[in-house]
Amino acid sequence: MEQLREVGRPITRVDAYDKVTGRAKFTDDLCPKPCLEARILHSTIGNGRVVSIDTTEAKKVPGVVAVFTCFDVPDRPYPVAGHPWYADSHAEKRDLADRKLLDDRIRIYGDNIAVVVAEDTVACDRALRKIKVEYEEWPVVYDPKESLKGTEHPVQDIKPDNLVAHTCALTSPENLAKYGYKTVDDAINDPAYHHIAIHTETGEQSQVHIETCTSFCYMEGGKIVCVASTQIPHIMRRVIGQALGIPWGDVRVIKPYIGGGFGTKQDIHYEPLNAWICQQLGGRCVRLELSREELFWDTSGRQPKSFDVEASYGDDMLLHARSIRGWSNTGGYIHHGHALVLNSVNSFRWLYHTNEVASRSEAWTVYTNGPHTGAMRAYGVPEGVWTAECLMGDIAHDNGWDGVEFRLKNCIREGFVDEFTPGGAVAAHTCTLPQCVEKGKEWIHWDEKKREYANQTGPIRHGVGVAFFVYKTAVAPFALETATSRVTLNQDGSVQLQMGATEIGQGADTVFSQMAAEAIGVDTEDVHIVSFQDTDVAPYDAGAYASRQTYVSGTAVKKAGLELREKILAFAHRLYPAAGENLDLRDHAIWDATGRQVCTLASLALEAYYNVDANDQLSAYATANVHTNAIATGCTFADVTVDMPLGKVTVNRIISVQDNGRLINPKLVEQQVHGGMGQSIGFALSEEVQVDPKTGRVLNDTLLDYKIPTMMDLPDLKADFVESDDPTGPYGNKAVGETPIISPAPAIRDAILDATGVKFYHMPMTPQRLVEGFKREGLI
Amino acid sequence: MYDIESLYEATSVEDACRALAEDPQAIVIAGGTDVLVKVRGGKLAGAHLVSIHNLHDELDGVTLADDGTVEIGPITWFHHVTTSPVIQATVPTLGEACDTPGGPQLRVSGTIGGNVCNAATSADSASTLFAYGALLDVVSTRGKRTIPIEEWYAGPGRSYRERDEVLVKIRIPRDHYEGFTGHYFKYGKRRALEIATMGCCCLVKLGADKSTIDDIRLAFGVAAPTPMRATGAEDAVRGLSVAEAVEKIGELAQAETHPRDSWRASKDFRLQLIGEMSRRSLIEAARKGGADI
Repeated sequence: MEQLREVGRPITRVDAYDKVTGRAKFTDDLCPKPCLEARILHSTIGNGRVVSIDTTEAKKVPGVVAVFTCFDVPDRPYPVAGHPWYADSHAEKRDLADRKLLDDRIRIYGDNIAVVVAEDTVACDRALRKIKVEYEEWPVVYDPKESLKGTEHPVQDIKPDNLVAHTCALTSPENLAKYGYKTVDDAINDPAYHHIAIHTETGEQSQVHIETCTSFCYMEGGKIVCVASTQIPHIMRRVIGQALGIPWGDVRVIKPYIGGGFGTKQDIHYEPLNAWICQQLGGRCVRLELSREELFWDTSGRQPKSFDVEASYGDDMLLHARSIRGWSNTGGYIHHGHALVLNSVNSFRWLYHTNEVASRSEAWTVYTNGPHTGAMRAYGVPEGVWTAECLMGDIAHDNGWDGVEFRLKNCIREGFVDEFTPGGAVAAHTCTLPQCVEKGKEWIHWDEKKREYANQTGPIRHGVGVAFFVYKTAVAPFALETATSRVTLNQDGSVQLQMGATEIGQGADTVFSQMAAEAIGVDTEDVHIVSFQDTDVAPYDAGAYASRQTYVSGTAVKKAGLELREKILAFAHRLYPAAGENLDLRDHAIWDATGRQVCTLASLALEAYYNVDANDQLSAYATANVHTNAIATGCTFADVTVDMPLGKVTVNRIISVQDNGRLINPKLVEQQVHGGMGQSIGFALSEEVQVDPKTGRVLNDTLLDYKIPTMMDLPDLKADFVESDDPTGPYGNKAVGETPIISPAPAIRDAILDATGVKFYHMPMTPQRLVEGFKREGLI
Repeated sequence: MYDIESLYEATSVEDACRALAEDPQAIVIAGGTDVLVKVRGGKLAGAHLVSIHNLHDELDGVTLADDGTVEIGPITWFHHVTTSPVIQATVPTLGEACDTPGGPQLRVSGTIGGNVCNAATSADSASTLFAYGALLDVVSTRGKRTIPIEEWYAGPGRSYRERDEVLVKIRIPRDHYEGFTGHYFKYGKRRALEIATMGCCCLVKLGADKSTIDDIRLAFGVAAPTPMRATGAEDAVRGLSVAEAVEKIGELAQAETHPRDSWRASKDFRLQLIGEMSRRSLIEAARKGGADI
């Protein structure tokens, strides 16, 4: 791979010092306190409607300014997902509008039925306790398959049968006919092959970002200003406009630094309500901060899913055909809807489709009275890959095959083009997966450990496991991909970089700065990135999700950077015609074709601003409309100890090796991988939002009872890479941010299988589930 | 913001007792790691608090009385219980237990007395204090009384300490600990910042041969609505060899405990833990006493 100048440098992130010294400003730091505080009244039933609300006593509480109920807000549903909007020409792609600011129709436990505004939160809480609500209560349905049988009152009237969407991708009859089959099931049930069927389940994981969802709104110049912790400021502006029924230009959203999102903040939650309250109160500043508890059930966790899988395979270790049917529980509101489980069943297919002659990827997304769910890191893919890897692990185990060899024979390889994607855009233009596997295998001492751990007895056993992953980059061609970047030459020769794309802790600002410097021909240290997005001035970008920004927004950065470079050189040529053509910008200076310095960049920049006769303030503003995709791949190897009588799994060693294309900043990518691995280990063993199926209530809505792993629970996390130079990325890069959360969990599952011979299908594999499994198998 | 109606910072135990007597709604706050959580959660919203947080002279620290009684001031931080030379020399298992609640920050704000007064069955110090047979001195304007820990608990999160009584001393007499070695086994779903799914403390006194159990105490947290001793299991293995006791103690403990079925853990899972943890705790305790097992 060609060595680049700024891209590939493991520099310290540009916001590191501000963040560790506490100088970085987050939403709450900016709030002009004291201001009004708002708190939500949540329903104490899981299904039904509000018959009446009595706020008389609540309004008498000292400090209370206003109480608004579901009967006060406009009857105007709006969509909340952090998805692009579509022009009238593609209106069918728009998200469904199924939420109101407050609603008398209660669909989930804790639904929003009233809001108190007061001088402080104590007054809010005191008033909340004094509101009297009369309900009409209906039975709660939490199981999606149960919900699909129909309920007397549909969860949402727009979907009377509770089915949000159903899709099915089948191998075409022509392709099946080549092998003498009429249906996919014929291929799966072909007696010439072995047959296997499994059922998997994945729970609702919560994002558990450090900063809660918080916003404050005020009016200025006739506009509503909303300062919010969000991944998607421009989408937020649009949704606030839609929810309030006001022109989008009358809304200004400001996004400061944010303390993590992991997908929660790829939804719009209470910002429209807050904006509406502010509007009702004459533009006074109102702050609305969710509590930690509310985050667990009132923002969107990972959709719980279940899958039925069938497969046939030959003695030659080749998969012949596979079928996956997935059911996803979106809860009472659609949020990200069907896109999530589609990602599950698609990634299931992509990872091991290489030799298959037949394939079914079928999925249902269902409304229930469960907590509404939505985007979380890797957006459905961990669930699909978990299922794919349960299947691969079982087949290898049952046949005594080496799990690595079996996977390598069947996994995705360079040149793969998904036959089910329109235009074949989802493709592995590059794929170093086999080299990644080689590295991981060596590091974990796969062959030695397999021998060492064979034929164990006793209550405490050891195992090694493996899992591969695929992840597509960004959302094209399924959805719109567009991003804009603005670069401006400052008077001192430094560069101002402005993005609509958002820094959410992942390091976007740093890699954008590096890519801008690379394109323009300056150093990263010369680039000043504007971290805050203010929709009045920031260029448009959909925001941080789908591991899209370095790929899509990065393409805009490169385009703008190259354009600015051309403008700088053209201006230099105008100013110094004697220097001739083919000027170069490097080392903070302009050079002619013979290698002689024409002028410094700083002096040229001064001319650009202040030349009395010919100044030309140099900037570039470029939009990238990206239609390509690129598949990132990788693997995880894990070494575990299983204490069966206690249901305890200790991850001793773990490594993830990834092909993320070219690494723009290897240090930041490594940190992303560490974080994702930790989050995946949590998903594997302990993290699950527990819902009481009878009431729809979330039981473990605290950081005590929702078990994210602590540092004490994680081993040293090893990240490694085999780079490729993907032709579609701006600098050969592919997805990074979400990829590391995919394969650690199934690798741990595979290691537990290796250690104990027990097959677990339900993630997370909590101590209780493990103990039940070991008891079932007679091991304890 | 916390919904606290009033906060009185007592200047002495006597002053605290007076304040508690004067305001019938007042309750004691020490480290605040339980009370403030309940204030925030709404259970104790509008609380009237009498703070004993600063009564270091009267209520903080661990000392050894002339008769060998270990005397622990109730506002002693968990961390200071663990690091106390007196604790380490006399009742080290209590020090180990006090090293398990929450994380380092909690252990330098939460107090052992608060752990007892909060009366949760999951309290990490509770099963060990039970095993050591702690005596709890409380005072109020009505006088002073001593409640043995076996008589302390009224139910989940409830004790027989009256609202206006201040816990002023936790005592462990010499014959309750002398000759015993022990082990506290906290089972959590993760290794830190955890509430016990099950807690088990085993103390053993071995015979001169180091292989016979002369005496044993087996206590649990979360095995019932309150911390408890499994005295039936103790009686059944007293006098047995360590190996025999290890063989039997798990089932004996399971038969005597009554864990509940909840979303945090099923009854079956908790029973499995009770059996396994009893066994392992006994082995550890006996090993510390010199048993070869």
